Amino acid sequence: MEHQEAQPVLLDVRDLQVEFRTRDGVAKAVNGVSYSVGEGETLAVLGESGSGKSVTAQAIMGILDSPPGHITGGRVFFRGEDLLTMPAETRRRVRGAKLAMVFQDALSSLNPVLSVGAQLSEMFEVHEGMTRKDSRAKAVQLMDRVRIPAARERVGDYPHQFSGGMRQRIMIAMAIALEPDLIIADEPTTALDVTVQAQVMDLLAELQREYNMGLILITHDLGVVADVADKIAVMYAGRIVETAPVHDLYAAPAHPYTRGLLDSIPRLDRKGQQLYAIKGLPPNLMAIPPGCPFNPRCPRAQDICRTDRPPLFAVAPGRTSACHFWKDTLDES
Amino acid sequence: MRADGEVILEVRDLVKHYPLTQGILFKRQVGAVQAVSGISFDLRRGETLGIVGESGCGKSTVAKMLVNLERPTSGQIRYKGEDITKLSGRALKAVRRNIQMVFQDPYTSLNPRMTVGDIIGEPFEIHPEVAPKGSRRQKVRDLLDVVGLNPEYINRYPHQFSGGQRQRIGIARGLALRPEVIVADEPVSALDVSVQAQVVNLLERLQDEFDLSYVFIAHDLSVVRHISDRVAVMYLGRLAEVGTDAQIYEHPTHPYTQALLSAVPVPDPRARTRRERILLAGDVPSPAHPPSGCRFRTRCWKAQVKCAEVVPPLEVPDWFREGGGGSTHESACHFAEERDVLPPTEADPG
Repeated sequence: MEHQEAQPVLLDVRDLQVEFRTRDGVAKAVNGVSYSVGEGETLAVLGESGSGKSVTAQAIMGILDSPPGHITGGRVFFRGEDLLTMPAETRRRVRGAKLAMVFQDALSSLNPVLSVGAQLSEMFEVHEGMTRKDSRAKAVQLMDRVRIPAARERVGDYPHQFSGGMRQRIMIAMAIALEPDLIIADEPTTALDVTVQAQVMDLLAELQREYNMGLILITHDLGVVADVADKIAVMYAGRIVETAPVHDLYAAPAHPYTRGLLDSIPRLDRKGQQLYAIKGLPPNLMAIPPGCPFNPRCPRAQDICRTDRPPLFAVAPGRTSACHFWKDTLDES
Repeated sequence: MRADGEVILEVRDLVKHYPLTQGILFKRQVGAVQAVSGISFDLRRGETLGIVGESGCGKSTVAKMLVNLERPTSGQIRYKGEDITKLSGRALKAVRRNIQMVFQDPYTSLNPRMTVGDIIGEPFEIHPEVAPKGSRRQKVRDLLDVVGLNPEYINRYPHQFSGGQRQRIGIARGLALRPEVIVADEPVSALDVSVQAQVVNLLERLQDEFDLSYVFIAHDLSVVRHISDRVAVMYLGRLAEVGTDAQIYEHPTHPYTQALLSAVPVPDPRARTRRERILLAGDVPSPAHPPSGCRFRTRCWKAQVKCAEVVPPLEVPDWFREGGGGSTHESACHFAEERDVLPPTEADPG
């Protein structure tokens, strides 16, 4: 039921490469990432800190800290047009109206000295040339839409006067204000409590359905992914190591890293014995090991893994895995 | 299950109010943030008690009072029968040796200008009777080895370690004085998934090795279930429900516990359709103005007039006492009833 491959492709990232040039050396944060999202589709990008999942999103949005960050290769097609090569002014217009982003930390993403109403109505004044009064009314409407109680009374309040969950709703209101085609949400609920997280994820899913938006959900939480994603891209050391439709991935991962992640999380619905722990640490991005970047931590590593970098093998329709032994991994699950 | 050990820590009617004042020169109290409003529990030797709750529920304040970093407004904390909240000087110092803490943030809880050897060895400066000066370096090396770090790293600084390794250093420091109780406040929540499992396994191994009792405070219900023998659910300064891990997770009777459990995403996409979600309305009320009666009533779908008037006591509900199976545990709700909110596991048909 979730295989909606026929949806027109919105965003198509191809072989994206990003590096950070620092005093200590060059950190290769993104090393040839490709993924795509269709209309109304949810892609979850899963990874631990330093996997490059957020940097990829920043490169897509054009908000990479530069310097030290540099896009050194690849293309980002949005409805067939390459965002990376279009003139800055055109790109700015596309980004404002068609692409939107929701960040993890709403308190530091909102302007503390402007009321939330002013920040919301500014969007309509700048992008749609509305008058003050009209834009204010739109702001109240939006706050209502994301279910902020007593929106009319609270439109003049400042960000610090709202709770964490309410602030995240305001972030979402700003993201959907111009009815974008695609939202990139970077850990949108990580800072929230679980009951509030459920409210916010529900709201996001509902708005996505209503506007038929594409959604890229960047997260480290395997639970959230299982709840909302259509398909998943697992990242490790700046690479995608596995892509799969959500049900297939949880039923039988085709990469040892994904397998390890699934085995290492404690479960709410059953009491396990000892947790499986992936040994070692994620690699230093300035010295990514040759061959498969996961090889020093992999229980399956052979000589070939230390010398030959595995490409993304086609495992099944819509499924890829960057493991020389994907077949064995898949069979074992 | 280690429910048969002697009781090592008894907490009775613990209260902590932080005064709210107005005025600069002539301060007067205008109210109080009621962070903890009368909670009681026991901790047995070798047991892990998990305390779960959302931000602002008072769980960290409880942790601070247990290790005597905060003095309670009222109530008792009895360690082996002795009330530690009244102690001072030498007697307090002796008790503190036996109740140690592991902090959440491995980045700010280690002094960046001290070497790992000095950080882990610092407790010996305060309690020199534990390790004579000459033997301290060796003790620190042994501790590094116990927590799975290379003893050669003794002269390194915290910034040379990853988050997971730093948390191991924090744990080694907590172990240095060979305490009986360790209070761990969100010890793994700042860590990545793959590293989190390593630290959880380490804590479990150390518990067996040193016969430790843990108070494990966290907001992650899955981690708490994994590590705890018993679980206490906190809401706005009070305990909502206390029981064994199976009682709390498989037979929850308090509406808050049920809502909390139903909201946790489970790493299984099949649970999407096979699971009932209880979505709570609104936010947690301010602890400066908590609701009367049951504190959860403002968000509870079962709330009646009685809930605003009578504070529900934390006790086993009458109707469960006989033949209630998993539900015979303490629950602070006038209308406690069992409700299964976890998704069915593979073994179940359907």
